[in-house]
Amino acid sequence: MLNSEAKLNPKVFDLDVEQVPIRKGFGEGLLAAGEIDERVVGLCADLTESTQMHLFKNRFPNRFVEIGVAEQNLATVASGMAAMGKIPFITSYATFSPGRNWEQIRTTICFNDRPVKIAGSHAGISVGPDGGTHQAVEDIALTRVIPNMVVISPCDAIEAKKATLAMAKTKEPTYIRLAREKTPVITTEATPFEIGKAQIFYNCDGKPEVGIIATGALVHKALVAARQLENEGVKVKVLNLATIKPIDTETIISIARESGAIVSVEEHQVNGGMGSAVAEVLVKNCPVPQEFIGVQDKFGQSGLPAELLKHYGMEVEDIVKAVKEVIRRK
Amino acid sequence: MDNLDDDKIKFLEQKANLIRQTIIEALIEAKSGHTAGPLGMADIFTLLFFHVLRHDPQNPLWEDRDRLVLSNGHICPVLYATMAYAGYVSVDEFKQTLRKFGTKFQGHPHREFFPALENSSGPLGSGLSQTVGMALADRMDSGRSSQRFFFCLMSDGEMNAGNTWEGAMLAGKEKLHNIIAVADRNNIQIDGFTEDIMPLEPLADKWRAWNWHVIEANGHDFEDMNNAIHEAKAVFEKPSMIIAHTIPGKGVAEFERKFEWHGKPPNKEEGERALKELRSLGGKIKGGYHQD
Repeated sequence: MLNSEAKLNPKVFDLDVEQVPIRKGFGEGLLAAGEIDERVVGLCADLTESTQMHLFKNRFPNRFVEIGVAEQNLATVASGMAAMGKIPFITSYATFSPGRNWEQIRTTICFNDRPVKIAGSHAGISVGPDGGTHQAVEDIALTRVIPNMVVISPCDAIEAKKATLAMAKTKEPTYIRLAREKTPVITTEATPFEIGKAQIFYNCDGKPEVGIIATGALVHKALVAARQLENEGVKVKVLNLATIKPIDTETIISIARESGAIVSVEEHQVNGGMGSAVAEVLVKNCPVPQEFIGVQDKFGQSGLPAELLKHYGMEVEDIVKAVKEVIRRK
Repeated sequence: MDNLDDDKIKFLEQKANLIRQTIIEALIEAKSGHTAGPLGMADIFTLLFFHVLRHDPQNPLWEDRDRLVLSNGHICPVLYATMAYAGYVSVDEFKQTLRKFGTKFQGHPHREFFPALENSSGPLGSGLSQTVGMALADRMDSGRSSQRFFFCLMSDGEMNAGNTWEGAMLAGKEKLHNIIAVADRNNIQIDGFTEDIMPLEPLADKWRAWNWHVIEANGHDFEDMNNAIHEAKAVFEKPSMIIAHTIPGKGVAEFERKFEWHGKPPNKEEGERALKELRSLGGKIKGGYHQD
């Protein structure tokens, strides 16, 4: 059952559950952060509406910089602005930022320790028809490997808004991962959010047989899988791992100890992604079998999001199968 | 800004000579590092830190200071040595610890170890854009009458990198007149002469095409460089690029104009010969090394 403490959307399992793009929550969060703190500035690489920065731009035209199609400049100009006391948010598609400008992010933002906030939109293969060039499935790996960087992957628009407000208040370089398509609203205004804290979204009576650790829009698929498994008599818990770095070691170890088996669920390459980050924690502290739901070392392609999620093995049925497999391996 | 009188020029010449000696001493001790670029830029750094910049070594983070961004981080020995003589840090500490474990004076500038630096750098092509970001933020806060100037010291080789031109384009678009970029036009990079590796000429025309005000100057002539900076400060509505023609390895005949000296330090003997040459002002002083 849903964890009542998380105060989730009671309609989360309804067919007509409200659907909002995660990036929209970012846009609203940035606008709100701009109202709160005048040091917040916005920079965009010719994708202002697409990344939802237009809300900020329209409200604060003098605190917005149009960089053009130049992602390396996007990162380095932001570093310079941060050096003068600004809190710059930079947006583009995740394949371009932190993709194309990775070294500039490493050197001029993280190594230089400047509080630049990087929003990568169109993450995951469910970007759909645009095809593989525009589907970022490497960005978690790219960002979490850099020292000083914080990495956040919100599960819905409401969480994205809270995360954006929270990251505007911190000194650390931070990456937030956003999805393009509308996805179900899982949380509510009342759901607690704190950078670095993972939260149980789905509970069971007594000891779980498997802990599902999910991030981003696929948290919804994980919840649907958990309910289906519960109906079949398989007890699982679902953990929403919104902050991938710094990772919530304590909560991850606790769910692994309880369940003795883990399934990680992410719309990202399994190599180096959230599941890998979880495995790094578990191998050291509480080694248990783990199955990895995600992209299996392949590039994306054109298609409808649902077709692609099915093709690449990230649907509800894939999660259910992985849970049963990991139980067998216990 | 003051014009330079003869006394001040003499003072700067002596200071630049000391800075060159100190760079050589530090490189001998470090046993690695870059020689040609730091020696070639010693006159320009001396002029900036001892005549041009509004700064306070006792209060390095003074808000109203001019900013100096070093884009081509590998020439940092000249930045460190000049900052040391300006009073930011100890000259001896620099000579003894350059590139050693735990030092402020990392092989390439790292702000975490030396917070008085404006930026960390090394990977080429990114400094100009950081300078543009600083000037943009300053304009948001202080408007177009800001008293601050933003200097970016960069190399010619790093103009191979697209990031340089991305920054140039934005500075032109935003008419950031208080940016003064100084390019070390020494015509060498690691693999050879710049015009063989990836031709940059017509370089001044390129910058003009990005809506920059371009000035060419002799990077070893204090008066010429000072006048160029004067002119750059007077230009409104455009950022300025000073193409400073320099001789790599300047001051030591053995190192001058040789790209082989881009990325290696002198060994003990080469270093001692260089020091003798500098201390004797190229043989002008009796007992000096040079016999010619």
